[in-house]
Amino acid sequence: MIKFENVTKAYPDGTVAVDGLNLEAPTGKLTILVGPSGCGKTTSLRMINRLIEPTSGTIYLDDQPTSGMDAALLRRRIGYVIQHAGLFPHRTIIDNVATMPVLLGESRQKARMKALELMERVGLPASFAKRYPWQLSGGQQQRVGVARALASDPAFMLMDEPFSAVDPVVRAQLQEEFLRLQREIGKTIIMVTHDIDEALKLGDQVAVMRVGGKLAQMATPSELLTSPADEFVADFVGRDRGYRSLGFTNSAGTVTVSEEAVVTIGASAAEAQSKATGAWVLVVDGGRKPLGWAQADLIKGELKREHLNLSGTSASSSGTMRQLLDAALSSPSRRGVVVNEHGELIGTVTATDVVKAIEAEPHLETAR
Amino acid sequence: MNFEWLGRQSDNIVFLLGWHVLLAVTPLILGLLIALPLGWWAHRSRRIYPLLVGVAGLLYTVPSLALFVLLPLVLGTKILDPLNIVAALTIYTVALLVRVVADALDSVPEDTVQAAKAMGYRGYQSLVKVELPVGVPVISAGLRVAAVSNVSLVSVAALLGIPQLGSLFTQGFQLRFFTPIIAGIILCVVLAMILDGLIILLNRWLTPWTPKVVAS
Repeated sequence: MIKFENVTKAYPDGTVAVDGLNLEAPTGKLTILVGPSGCGKTTSLRMINRLIEPTSGTIYLDDQPTSGMDAALLRRRIGYVIQHAGLFPHRTIIDNVATMPVLLGESRQKARMKALELMERVGLPASFAKRYPWQLSGGQQQRVGVARALASDPAFMLMDEPFSAVDPVVRAQLQEEFLRLQREIGKTIIMVTHDIDEALKLGDQVAVMRVGGKLAQMATPSELLTSPADEFVADFVGRDRGYRSLGFTNSAGTVTVSEEAVVTIGASAAEAQSKATGAWVLVVDGGRKPLGWAQADLIKGELKREHLNLSGTSASSSGTMRQLLDAALSSPSRRGVVVNEHGELIGTVTATDVVKAIEAEPHLETAR
Repeated sequence: MNFEWLGRQSDNIVFLLGWHVLLAVTPLILGLLIALPLGWWAHRSRRIYPLLVGVAGLLYTVPSLALFVLLPLVLGTKILDPLNIVAALTIYTVALLVRVVADALDSVPEDTVQAAKAMGYRGYQSLVKVELPVGVPVISAGLRVAAVSNVSLVSVAALLGIPQLGSLFTQGFQLRFFTPIIAGIILCVVLAMILDGLIILLNRWLTPWTPKVVAS
């Protein structure tokens, strides 16, 4: 557990970066500090490992005040990941990852073996071990950063905008992998981000901070969406919070899934037209995995891949209301594709089906 | 060129070359050792930086001959003592390298320094294990300038009669005989190139991590 008790950071020129912060990050959970720039979230994070010293108040690590500890020894107990990874350019990837264990007195050979394991864990091939940071992409460097922070198996981790310097596709991928990793390792993590979507996606709990370094609200992601404490939080969470809160509502068993006639590549124009509902027919591969929609009356001769419209997303039958609704809305036929855990077609839903299921719910139940 | 003369004088020329190397390289090493802490200080303090770099720049403008003559008065050495040359060139080397070391440490990415601190490196550990190694390319670039400059400055000491390759110039001028002058020039240039090459090799050996597209 990491606990802030009345922590304030004021600078000599009178600026107050953090103002009387009280906060508890529970053991084994991912707590996110989010807010606009200038809200003191990064300052708060850096006060935990004393890169910045608080002006007043106390920060506790498992009930021990950090103020009395040797700063360097304190930092060695805490993993730290920053925005641009901050790798050591003069060390190979494996030695970057092995930094903390070596610093803590482990033999280089043992530390490297541990580093190799961690590289695999964060999805880096062993062939990267002897490379230098400049030879890696931004996303790969960030993985090294995460592996390096985990190398000494610290109980605590601090992450300062860890995924914000990479492109959206890589970011989503890193976020997914990180969530999976955290489910395995269960570290006590505090992460800073300015991206509310990231906060809602990753956080077990989210602390929204306002400019001037005050805590506006501390809640689970779905609570933030459904009951923001005040106008600032509501505004910060965003205009489409009603839609986004559907991302925390489990759809399993509440939405009626209709059967959908399907064709495979190579089907005749006549078959496609007979199977189509309205203008569109769903195309699947031999294993009933959806490939896309085809407009039946445009097919001449037989159905080919170039007839496929790929705009529709597919939702898992155990997914959230948001995924289901998005599948329906993005589909050219307005029928959303629903698949099972193996990616095989179950059927389709319409937006009306989903909205009916949402309206039938007494409250938005949380999926977490 | 009188090759017969060169043959007869070869022992003497080797002796002069040895002194030249000694008088040029010793200040280079001493200067680097002194510039490291001074440069670190300039890097750490934004107020000290302009002061140290300014004083260093001023020192570099003092004519070498004047320094060679003045130093005995300050150090209490004899005017013909080679120590004067070593001291003077050490001053020049420091003057060049203080700024270089400060800039080398400034060149280390902020993220890297912050990561080192956050991972629990103490100040000196971060300096020795992270900041200086990462600053090596900048330092060796400065060292190359200092090395070549020292090789040429040493020759001026010939005017004081301290033996090194410059002595071949004075000898040639007195005898109105070009062979020693040409030999001296060639040896100075070759020596400068060899020192430069050695620093390049040292730099390559110390920085296997730099992108290969950047020629050092």
